[in-house]
Amino acid sequence: MVPHYPTKRSALVPTLLYAQDEVGFLSDEVIAELAGRLDLTELEVRNVISYYSMLTTKPRGKFNVQVCTNISCLVRGGEEILQHCAKKLGVGHKGTTPDGLFSLEEVECIGACSWAPAAQVNYDFHENLTTEKMDKVLDECRMKA
Amino acid sequence: MASLVSHPDEVKVVTRRFGQGATNIDRYLELDGYKAVQKALGMEPDAIINEVKNSGLRGRGGAGFSTGMKWSFVPKQSAKPKYVLCNGDESEPGTCKDRLIFEHDPHAVIEGVMIAALAVGAASGYIYIRGEYRYLSVIMQKAIRDAYAKGFAGKNIFGSGRDLDIFWHGGAGAYEVGEESALMESLEGKRGIPRIRPPFPAVVGLWGGPTVINNAETLASVPHIMLGGAEWYAKIGPPKNGGTRLFCLSGNVAKPGVYELPMGYSLKKMIYEVGGGIPGGRKLKAVVPGGSSTPCLTADEIDINMDFDSVAKAGSMLGSGGVVVIDDAQCMVKFALRTMKFYQHESCGWCIPCREGTDWLKKTLMRFHAGGGVKKDIDNMQYLSENMLGRTFCPLGDAAAMPTIAFVKKFRNEFEDHLEGRPCPFEKAGAAEEMAALAH
Ligand SMILES: Cc1cc2nc3c(=O)[nH]c(=O)nc-3n(C[C@H](O)[C@H](O)[C@H](O)COP(=O)(O)O)c2cc1C
Ligand code: SF4
Ligand code: FES
Repeated sequence: MVPHYPTKRSALVPTLLYAQDEVGFLSDEVIAELAGRLDLTELEVRNVISYYSMLTTKPRGKFNVQVCTNISCLVRGGEEILQHCAKKLGVGHKGTTPDGLFSLEEVECIGACSWAPAAQVNYDFHENLTTEKMDKVLDECRMKA
Repeated sequence: MASLVSHPDEVKVVTRRFGQGATNIDRYLELDGYKAVQKALGMEPDAIINEVKNSGLRGRGGAGFSTGMKWSFVPKQSAKPKYVLCNGDESEPGTCKDRLIFEHDPHAVIEGVMIAALAVGAASGYIYIRGEYRYLSVIMQKAIRDAYAKGFAGKNIFGSGRDLDIFWHGGAGAYEVGEESALMESLEGKRGIPRIRPPFPAVVGLWGGPTVINNAETLASVPHIMLGGAEWYAKIGPPKNGGTRLFCLSGNVAKPGVYELPMGYSLKKMIYEVGGGIPGGRKLKAVVPGGSSTPCLTADEIDINMDFDSVAKAGSMLGSGGVVVIDDAQCMVKFALRTMKFYQHESCGWCIPCREGTDWLKKTLMRFHAGGGVKKDIDNMQYLSENMLGRTFCPLGDAAAMPTIAFVKKFRNEFEDHLEGRPCPFEKAGAAEEMAALAH
């Protein structure tokens, strides 16, 4: 990726996300490794990580359920979907189930406004949600686990 | 994959190839693909810029600045390399159109970036796609690879002797990064803190080189202008508002979806005819006409044309094309609160009026919605928002203040209904407590 840019540092954000997708979170080892490769200090890398909402230094569930409650979703029941997930999974915002299978997040607009309410499980979009549809999505995750 | 809709009033320009397999480069070629850039290769840079100027194309990212004019600001001579940067950070709540363009017609974006590069004399273009749109990055990466394989990008494009590189870049979740100077910071591998201007990006941008930054829809419109001609494009819309617009109709309408309508289309018709009206026997209460940053219009204010100048005259903005319809079952205090929660979350924290203002407004609105509001709060919210306007480092501060001012001014009665510990008249019993338990 680095040759695409005039400076090494430019590869940082996409590389962090790719590394996180591989490892599950940005561990101390990953941070040290990337800092070394891109000629940055670990502090510089951590500073960037803390800025971006998708990047995390703590492990998440295997399935990260991200429910949008922003305006287009709000007026079509996004909060109900979030509450439903919270009840069903027994965790709140940024919580992870004890078996490590699910984590839940209330997120900002994910660009699915015309198909609201919407959620993403990891990178997959789920749109025009109802609580029943959400149940199915969660059940399918469990089957895949 | 997001589903497509259609309506007879649509004028399909940018969406012309949607649903036709145009992600495949050979299919794209069958559908007049890469003809526009070849035409541009035979033109003088100034002629390209003039064509775009005359088309009346204005930025689809929100501000509505003339695209041709923006390109003309790039100096002809530059010691540092010049760049084109496509803004695909699409994060303005209510906006979901760039997503469809990347999904259905990625080559049109590439072609638009290439034409912009030829116009300003850049040898590389970057296409920035928000991190949540991972599947679109995959589509875009393949499209770029295919363009290289055919000799359309890279060295000696189309045998012209010119080199033009196209790259993809991914974000990792941040609304503020959509702001053009923060976007460049992000692409340089930093936190998305905006830069002071001047110098403007057209002079000192990416890695210090002159940079043109345009929204994905803006750039995807450019090839069609090159092929159809400026005059044809300009005539689709009213004067100074050329072409079409991808309107993302969402909220309480019967047929939400992304519709490509001529610039200047009636908002009323958009809601009641294209969108099929308000479902469930409900009535229209308000509309957010151009993404969450734009001041709402009440049901009495929707008799307007959706072009930059008409919406501005009505006291709002055409913005990003996100039209959020709100019915009479919704609580405007809650809506204002959710809007502010977003800006508070996304404020990069660099300057005090925005960082503290959004936090204070969010807290006041939370308390207010929970029944702990006092009358003085209403004027205070108004006063604070008005004092944020124009006093922040980047436009996010305004983006938070403007809608708040409109909510308080236009729906003061609803704010008053929440006073003296009264429960929200719109809330189902118990719902507020449940959300409070989840609050952060
Ligand atoms: C806080 C903030 C967020 C923005 N987000 C976006 C965005 O996601 N996409 C976009 O194209 N423009 C966004 N903009 C506007 C850009 O700064 C810039 O004006 C635009 O990309 C220019 O392209 P255009 O002239 O084609 O509209 C944002 C602006 C602000 C202040
Ligand atoms: S206005 Fe807000 S987002 Fe913009 S620089 Fe200031 S704190 Fe950051
Ligand atoms: S507001 Fe929920 S996806 Fe845009």
